[in-house]
Amino acid sequence: MRDVILEVQHLSKSFGKNSVLRDIDFTVRLGDVTSIIGASGSGKSTLLRCINLLEEPTSGKILFHGQNIADHGSDASSYRAKVGMVFQSFNLFNNMTVLQNCMIGITKVLKHPKSEAKERAMHYLEKVGMAPYINAKPRQLSGGQKQRVAIARALAMEPEMLLFDEPTSALDPQMVGEVLAVMRTLAQEGLTMIVVTHEMAFAKEVSTNVVFMSNGVICESGEPSAIFDTPSDPKTQEFLFRFRNN
Amino acid sequence: MLPSDFIGRIFFILDIYGISLLRGAGITIVIALISTFLGCVIGLIVGIIQTIPTYAGQNPVKRFFLGVVKFILNAYIEIFRGTPMMVQAMFIYYGLAKVFGIFMDMWSAAIFIVSINTGAYMAETVRGGILSIDPGQTEGAKSIGMTHYQTMLYIILPQAIRNIMPQIGNNLIINIKDTCVLSVISIVELFYVARGIAGTYYTYFEAFTIAMVIYFILTFICSRILRWIERKMDGPDNYDLATSDTLMHTSGMYTHPKVYGKKLGEEERRD
Repeated sequence: MRDVILEVQHLSKSFGKNSVLRDIDFTVRLGDVTSIIGASGSGKSTLLRCINLLEEPTSGKILFHGQNIADHGSDASSYRAKVGMVFQSFNLFNNMTVLQNCMIGITKVLKHPKSEAKERAMHYLEKVGMAPYINAKPRQLSGGQKQRVAIARALAMEPEMLLFDEPTSALDPQMVGEVLAVMRTLAQEGLTMIVVTHEMAFAKEVSTNVVFMSNGVICESGEPSAIFDTPSDPKTQEFLFRFRNN
Repeated sequence: MLPSDFIGRIFFILDIYGISLLRGAGITIVIALISTFLGCVIGLIVGIIQTIPTYAGQNPVKRFFLGVVKFILNAYIEIFRGTPMMVQAMFIYYGLAKVFGIFMDMWSAAIFIVSINTGAYMAETVRGGILSIDPGQTEGAKSIGMTHYQTMLYIILPQAIRNIMPQIGNNLIINIKDTCVLSVISIVELFYVARGIAGTYYTYFEAFTIAMVIYFILTFICSRILRWIERKMDGPDNYDLATSDTLMHTSGMYTHPKVYGKKLGEEERRD
């Protein structure tokens, strides 16, 4: 059995009286590609943001290598340096070039020398096919290009796990392909990933696990073939039925 | 002795008082520049402190301390924005000396008053500038493990400062004009000189025409220079595409739009 990297236990999150996540449990092992699917508003993104501590969980535990990082005393910054995140809206640093975007974390957070940071940043920019654009500013790039740079920025930190929050939802169909191609490569290389997505074909083909969420709870989870071909929960069945008929 | 026509009187005044006027203008611009700079520094510090987030589960001592500091800074902003600078000048220069025995020389008092006023306005401008930056920028920075301090320094402030550049320019121009209230504490700036000339020869219209022109030239030059700085901060509109191995110094670079030109040319040839 592969090592457990992340264990979410009884995680709940509410905004005021509005309960968004209820009693979430799931486990991520080294090399897992976990896709979280479900309707909009089902709490998928909130779950991912809780895992990266961008939202503070109301209760429950998030164990990273056995250590509870949802605890107040834990160092959120050093944890986040080990867990990358790719956002729907890219969130590239607008005041920096593509290369600087990928270098800043290595030099300022990991405190590696500039020359090494540049080499590493170039390596990952080449991987996502954005090496020719190192001198461009984010505003000069297309959505798909921005997202590929954002992936390179996250990869340049050489994280143990990478979180994707609807990485293709803000892109037009043509650009979705280029981003998914990069993600597919990463999955094949064995990177541990948690992907919140509406790309069902991608989830079915690439994931090792699929989690279906509805109304803040996990309805069903398991292997992609089980979820997509023989869903047991009526909510999952309904969601997939509606998805296929769209 | 005094020429009878308007233009003649202007030249007469310039001839006798040209140097004094220039010196006055010099003092005006020097006080305005120094005070705007110091005011921006004060504003940056105050604005940054005011945007430090407080959250549940924070160290209570730290939270209390931050609360006290924020209260004091708020009081500073409200008091200095809410009272006229001329009154503050009288209060600080004469009042402090009389009541508390704090003697400030004229120059320190002048720069202190204008800086502290600019600071109060700039603090709110900086706060607005910081709040105007897309929260996604902060999330992006946090997601690669940056601390609040690093996020501010490398990501938020460079963008916020660019966004508030027009307001910094506004403040500089306001300061150039508002230094004239310092004449109440005997600073011999441009307005003081012009009033002196006007009184001596009873040439109010001429003296203040000259003062108006000089003030306008000063503010206009400053606003143009600030625009130029803004454009510099924005960087070039085009970017270079790295053609081959970018780690090699010998690899070529060419500007982006040319790529399209080349492709179009190739297609034409094929036809």
